[in-house]
Amino acid sequence: MRVNKLNPIGIDEGHRRDAHFSVATATRVSTVAALLAIPLILLLFALPAFASRALLQQLFYVFTMLTLAQLWNLLAGCAGLISVGQQAFVGIGAYALFAFTLMAGFEPVLSIVLAGIVAGAIAVPAALIVFRLRGAYFAIGTWVVAEVCRLVLAQFKQLGGGTGTSLPPHIVDSIVGLDFARHLFHVRGPAARDILAYWLALVLAVGTLVLVYKLLRSRHGLALSAIGDAEAAAESVGVDVFRTKLLVYILAAVVTGMAGALIFLQKARISPDAAFSLIDWTAYVIFIVVIGGIGTMEGPIIGVVIFYLLQYYLAALGSWYLILLGTLAILLMLFAPTGVWGVISGPFDISLFPVRRRLMPLSH
Amino acid sequence: MLGWVDTLLQGVLLGGLYSLYATGLSVIFGIMRLVNLAHGDLIVLGAFLMLAASAVGVPIVFAFAVVVPLMFVVGYALQSVLLNRTLGRNILPPLLITFGLSIIVQNGLLEMFSADTRRLNVGTLESASVPLDGGIAVGLMPLICLVSAVAVIVLLNGVFYRTALGRAFRATSDDVEIAQLMGINNKSIYAMTMGIALAVCAIAGFFLGARANFDPSIGPARLLYAFEAVIIGGLGSLWGTLAGGIVVGLAQTIGAHIDPEWQILSGHVAFLIVLVIRPRGLFPRAVD
Repeated sequence: MRVNKLNPIGIDEGHRRDAHFSVATATRVSTVAALLAIPLILLLFALPAFASRALLQQLFYVFTMLTLAQLWNLLAGCAGLISVGQQAFVGIGAYALFAFTLMAGFEPVLSIVLAGIVAGAIAVPAALIVFRLRGAYFAIGTWVVAEVCRLVLAQFKQLGGGTGTSLPPHIVDSIVGLDFARHLFHVRGPAARDILAYWLALVLAVGTLVLVYKLLRSRHGLALSAIGDAEAAAESVGVDVFRTKLLVYILAAVVTGMAGALIFLQKARISPDAAFSLIDWTAYVIFIVVIGGIGTMEGPIIGVVIFYLLQYYLAALGSWYLILLGTLAILLMLFAPTGVWGVISGPFDISLFPVRRRLMPLSH
Repeated sequence: MLGWVDTLLQGVLLGGLYSLYATGLSVIFGIMRLVNLAHGDLIVLGAFLMLAASAVGVPIVFAFAVVVPLMFVVGYALQSVLLNRTLGRNILPPLLITFGLSIIVQNGLLEMFSADTRRLNVGTLESASVPLDGGIAVGLMPLICLVSAVAVIVLLNGVFYRTALGRAFRATSDDVEIAQLMGINNKSIYAMTMGIALAVCAIAGFFLGARANFDPSIGPARLLYAFEAVIIGGLGSLWGTLAGGIVVGLAQTIGAHIDPEWQILSGHVAFLIVLVIRPRGLFPRAVD
């Protein structure tokens, strides 16, 4: 059969068995990576059996930051929505968790899911307002929304007002599976709590990776990369730019809200300043994405490892640590805007999470 | 009744300060389509530089006269060394560079001056006031601040609309490629723009420090007020920015009059309402 020279793969390439090429996203490297990922994830689930409590707590932080970083990367790197206000959804999720557990008496894991839904519900009106601002102004607009959320929640006296409040131990211990973890690993209550929080963070991080990957490989992902290349051209071929961006914004808000709820369930103490912290939930997250490599899914994974090491060894420096992070971010933007992953993968064209569609010659 | 008149008057005067915060941001955006996330921290830097100068015995007037041109130089250097390297379609690099700068300036000030709250010593001016009819008095310093805000706008509009240099600024703002074809060096125009913006930041920093207490952490909030004033006023018009500053100032003092805890929130809410009702601001000029 003859291959159409102008359209060698055919528009409906999925149905044409006679074409000489097929379209694929997987590469040999990515297949190997996917096969290695499964035992790695199983190992991480089994980790509480032999890891120390301190290590689990540190990995909890790494996984929650990885979740936030993947979501910010999805927004800024893939959808062009540069937000400096994602702390709004961390804070809303966290406060929703406290409201559901303290005031309604709900089980914590159920409350985390509900907190995500609350964050998503608030993202809708927030998006309708901030989407009126474009580019860099969108960034500051999201910041204003986060400030409004912080100031409004500081008015809720039942949740501690401006000084905040704590979760009493009996509420934290009402988490589903506590007895299971206690008996499985023969540990006491607080250690079992840490194990459950660790598992939840692992589920959230892996779930976010799968979700973002699936999204980028779907038609919405194709629409996103078209928008990234040329917004007007994408619109002219039928991509609904507004709806695609809205979808990404709400999705990011839901999962960011769940991450916020989980983080503050583990802290068991909340205040408006901590829950809506620009440094903790946005500046660090941006740093992770930028140093790892913005616009790729590998970037945030590498970034969170580098960030964790810097944090571990240098956080004691206080303000000098923050000055160092700021300087590093500026230097990266100037000299290596694709980040560490961009520098490593650039010459070899490798991808662990391939989302680009490639032409593969068919062998007969 | 008298309380309300006083509240409105204070709101307008506060608006003068916010307009000074916002003018630099408005100029940068008008000419470069750039947003400087470190803007608020640079205002605070201006205040701290004047504080440092007066701490070693320099009279505040001289400190002001030195710091304003110094901040022009800082802005010029910042643009030519850092930001001019990132010109182009992608807005992410300049945004993140200024975000990094914001964190550096904030923490640098914290290291050098500690987290203590400070105030610029302006002598008897600090408490001087002008009595008006009906028992209301207006602070002299806030009044000078509002007059300065107007003076800065008159001066800048004079430069932009009546000089050859201003023509180059406006040409670069309208169409940077054509302007380059006409022999304008857009990079030096950008550097001068950032210089002007930071000189205005220094002026704003003086009034910030003379009117109220300040510490290294308050920069980001000043950025938000400035940003709100620019958007409420409408992009590209300095008089619009003044009006926007007054709207934010009025919203804050009216909110504070009802409940002191609502001051900041009312300003933000007023901004969001304007954004919903008139997304292009009250007096838009630039089409973007």
